[in-house]
Amino acid sequence: MSTAMTTPVSRMTALARAELTLLGRSKGTLVAALFVPLVLPLSVRSAAQEMDLAEVGLTPGTVVLPAAVGFSLLFAVYSALVGVYVVRREELVLKRLRTGELRDAEILGGSALPSVLTGLTQCLVLIAACAVLLDMSAPSAPHLAVLGLLLGLAICAGLAAATAGLTRTAESAQVTPMPLLIISMMGSGMFVPLEFLPDRLASVCELLPLTPVVTLVRGGWTGDLSAAETLGALATAVAWTLLAVFAVRRWFRWEPRR
Amino acid sequence: MEANEHEHVIEVTGLRRVYGGGFEAVRGIDFSVRRGEIFALLGTNGAGKTSTVELLEGLAAPAGGQVRVLGHDPYTERAAVRPRTGVMLQEGGFPSELTVAETARMWAGCVSGARPEGEVLALVGLEAKAGVRVKQLSGGQRRRLDLALALLGDPEVLFLDEPTTGLDAEGRHDTWDLVSALRDRGTTVLLTTHYLEEAENLADRLAIMHEGRIAVTGTPAEVTASEPSRITFELPDGYFVGDLPPLAALGVSDHTVDGRTVRLRTRELQRAATRLLLWAQETGVELRRLDVRSASLEEAFLGIAKDASAATATKKEYAA
Repeated sequence: MSTAMTTPVSRMTALARAELTLLGRSKGTLVAALFVPLVLPLSVRSAAQEMDLAEVGLTPGTVVLPAAVGFSLLFAVYSALVGVYVVRREELVLKRLRTGELRDAEILGGSALPSVLTGLTQCLVLIAACAVLLDMSAPSAPHLAVLGLLLGLAICAGLAAATAGLTRTAESAQVTPMPLLIISMMGSGMFVPLEFLPDRLASVCELLPLTPVVTLVRGGWTGDLSAAETLGALATAVAWTLLAVFAVRRWFRWEPRR
Repeated sequence: MEANEHEHVIEVTGLRRVYGGGFEAVRGIDFSVRRGEIFALLGTNGAGKTSTVELLEGLAAPAGGQVRVLGHDPYTERAAVRPRTGVMLQEGGFPSELTVAETARMWAGCVSGARPEGEVLALVGLEAKAGVRVKQLSGGQRRRLDLALALLGDPEVLFLDEPTTGLDAEGRHDTWDLVSALRDRGTTVLLTTHYLEEAENLADRLAIMHEGRIAVTGTPAEVTASEPSRITFELPDGYFVGDLPPLAALGVSDHTVDGRTVRLRTRELQRAATRLLLWAQETGVELRRLDVRSASLEEAFLGIAKDASAATATKKEYAA
């Protein structure tokens, strides 16, 4: 037969296109993914005005911008994707897809693509907005910000699949992302920079999944991240990415429980 | 393509499937399907049909035994098998918010050598529903959408898990025609069904499953031939069973009497019927509501289910 064989890219594109259509039709997910990350940075900004930022070498911009990136990753990517994976599993879509040529990783990747791109676009818009509205200078180590953002997307997509594996129903997918959302907002330097926390608590918080992302993005603008700090943040981020991959292989479910 | 007529496209040996809780759904089965054949797996709910088909589709690894589809292990050699198979699951599998056309387009992007989506939708009579969301389709329309997608890649091997459940009589016959036409073009089809009529009409060969095992396998004619035929009539007024000619001499293996209705079971239908009718003529009586029939698949099926549960019951008694 002289017929066109599919490739991983063509298969994932077809799946991602369908998921994008579905994302556009899911009003609840859209509102949570698009508006929450636009609103929350405003409250960070007002909180930042109460803090003595200059003392720790920060500005309103270098507090609000990394926080905005974090909110996008949490709401537009992580939380939205948990719902996507669980709903598709419960609708038996994942099982149906597995009967075809798509490999497992392609199914997870293709389904994630629209949310990941939404999150990325939103981050870029928020970064631009922060830069203009908060009167920020150009980033002094842009490569760190880019690395942080990309690692953040990988961590959030991976943890979303892992969380979906532990979520039994579409209804509970509204609740199961909460722990990571709350812990990250409180402990990953989004509302309160770690510099304001007691040392011992801060060193624990450094190990949370989104802390290295916030640290790297902030470091990209301040440019005062030491080599050791940079390596520590990168190692933590890579460790979380690998941990998420392991958790997905171990706990992800392709079919509803019987 | 290697066109060996007698090639076994599906080969199953000693296949077992055990679920997480320890339940053994498939308990060591063997069968094979030749190229261009329609093979039906029959059985009551819970007999292990779907558990078996999922192993053939490569959705899960067997607990024991072996599956070969087109010469490959469908679970470990997914990439070699999937471009050549089409699958229709027992239910669902489509995002409810996509339209029929969007669903078909998505699936076509994942199938090597996909035919135009419009063509397969027309094949199952869904072309008028292209713009309708999946959630608004009836159960039967969803089955047909599933069938259309299974056909998108012009597969060599087609797995159909209860393809006509939820279809009305007309839809069922349309599907039968479609599947027969595919077989005539050389497609190998493995289907499960609990409609005996479906297996009788479509299948070249079939296997009846019961409690995870294959109870009987063969062509529909072979399977029904193993069951006795039946003669039913009403005794004429004033006559009793003892007035009939000796039943053993008629070739009757056993009989039951229910009020005035007599049921005879025989493996020699022509002899038994002839003798009985000659007796009626000589005696000058009329056998009202006379019904003479060969065994159907339904009787074979019920007979197997009954025998098997009787055997299980006996085993349990021994165990107790």
